[in-house]
Amino acid sequence: MSKQEIRSPLPGVFYRKPTPDSPSFKEDGDAVAKDDVIGLVEVMKSFHEVKAGVAGKAIRFVAENEDAIMAGDIIAEVE
Amino acid sequence: MSIRSVLIANRGEIAVRINRAAKALGLRTIQVYSAADADSLAVRLADEAVEIGPATARKSYLNIANVIEAARKTNADAVHPGYGFLAENAEFADAVVAAGMRFVGPSGDSIRLLGDKVAARREADKAGVPTVPGSDGRVSNAAEAAGIADRIGFPVMIKAAAGGGGRGIRIIQEPAEFERQFLQASAEAEAAFGDGGLYVEKVIPAARHIEVQILGDGQNFVHCYERECSLQRRRQKVWEEAPAFHLPQKVRERLCASAVDLARSVGYVGAGTVEYLYDDKTEAFYFIEVNTRIQVEHPVTEMITGIDLVQEMLKIAGGAPLSVRQEDIVISGHAIECRINAEDPFKDFQPGPGTVETLSVPEADHVRFDTMLYEGYVVPPFYDSLLGKLIVHGDTREQCLSRLSAALADLDIRGIPTTTPLHRALAADPAVAAGTIHTRFLEGWLETRFARPDSDKEVA
Repeated sequence: MSKQEIRSPLPGVFYRKPTPDSPSFKEDGDAVAKDDVIGLVEVMKSFHEVKAGVAGKAIRFVAENEDAIMAGDIIAEVE
Repeated sequence: MSIRSVLIANRGEIAVRINRAAKALGLRTIQVYSAADADSLAVRLADEAVEIGPATARKSYLNIANVIEAARKTNADAVHPGYGFLAENAEFADAVVAAGMRFVGPSGDSIRLLGDKVAARREADKAGVPTVPGSDGRVSNAAEAAGIADRIGFPVMIKAAAGGGGRGIRIIQEPAEFERQFLQASAEAEAAFGDGGLYVEKVIPAARHIEVQILGDGQNFVHCYERECSLQRRRQKVWEEAPAFHLPQKVRERLCASAVDLARSVGYVGAGTVEYLYDDKTEAFYFIEVNTRIQVEHPVTEMITGIDLVQEMLKIAGGAPLSVRQEDIVISGHAIECRINAEDPFKDFQPGPGTVETLSVPEADHVRFDTMLYEGYVVPPFYDSLLGKLIVHGDTREQCLSRLSAALADLDIRGIPTTTPLHRALAADPAVAAGTIHTRFLEGWLETRFARPDSDKEVA
């Protein structure tokens, strides 16, 4: 089975949920479509959606909620 | 002074500013920093530095336990919170005091009282400070809010009782919108602030934002005159001035006196700002809120009064009475501050963290540049975009504007986008020079009057 990586397009703080009290956009093992939002990156207080960019039957997050990440860091892998 | 050291619970340009003020008073400085800020100018300047957690602010600069632990470990006598982060967090102020240290600011109870917009408005009413017509405290449902709007007239704002910084505000144009907007606003306020409480206020069209700097030691209370902060984008201030132009002397006196009345009524300790809306047409001013901290734009007040507000805060925290009397505080000339942010004004203010390749700063007696930048510094993406503040003084507003244009021409930051070009355009704008501005002016101006110079245009 092939794995594809989802990398952050931007540096900042990675969030897996739209607000602190909401459920995560995706859980490990969820299927994803290309246009699905999988998280947010906060760059200097402005929030940007991260889309999967690839489709797959199971996503596994590498970055944790509220992790500081750099552009190009791997956020998740998709099978 | 009864304090000999201060821990600085902040970062960026204000941490640099506090370090310098504390050192000028002979205090030992302790700088806390996140893993992303180990190379910051504040860390380099401080006598001691303590890492308090990872880059994410919630785990470092907002982590009360970690900050208190750093203060204990280094035997800090006082903690200065700066602005933002924990500056207006009553639990933090209480925790500092409970740990046997001085909080450089008012008591936790004062922060709680003035931080609750509804309670602060009641306090202002009690002190005789005019407030914007609106509900008497929280409203419980859309029907009650609609009834108040009928009485005071549309448009009205629904505001979150626990909100601030322009967040949690909705404008309602007509009665039919109430039903839908009220529930949404309450849900949003609950999510954002943990408190769904709302109140209603009349919208004052084309109002200016004018605020009064206050100082108190719990016994004596003074004002250091006002600042004009109407140039805002998305309710964030971009450019500030002191004193406010086109403000009749009689109105200025009443405005500043009302801020002192409010400070006295709550027994205020430290530096604070009372914010107002001002209506040029009627010369009426209305209380908005109190900020219980040093403000970003404090330098314009320092430039026209000669008072070092950060040093004054530290002295007050050390138990000293106010070092200035009201009659000694006079306005001298005019000052303007431009916020230089790491944002590209030609690309919808997209933030641009990165490496400062070269830095060239104008130097003159009438120019001040408060910044955390140095050549080679890497601006991290994790915090706000403020890089520095260019502050210029002149004998008159006219001279100040012309000096500002010259200073902006000499400010050269390479490697990252900055808002400097925006300020160059504003400094040359006839409407800004004429002072015919209000809080909604800048957003309209950006759409119609601000364009990328042709020579800089990207090839599509």
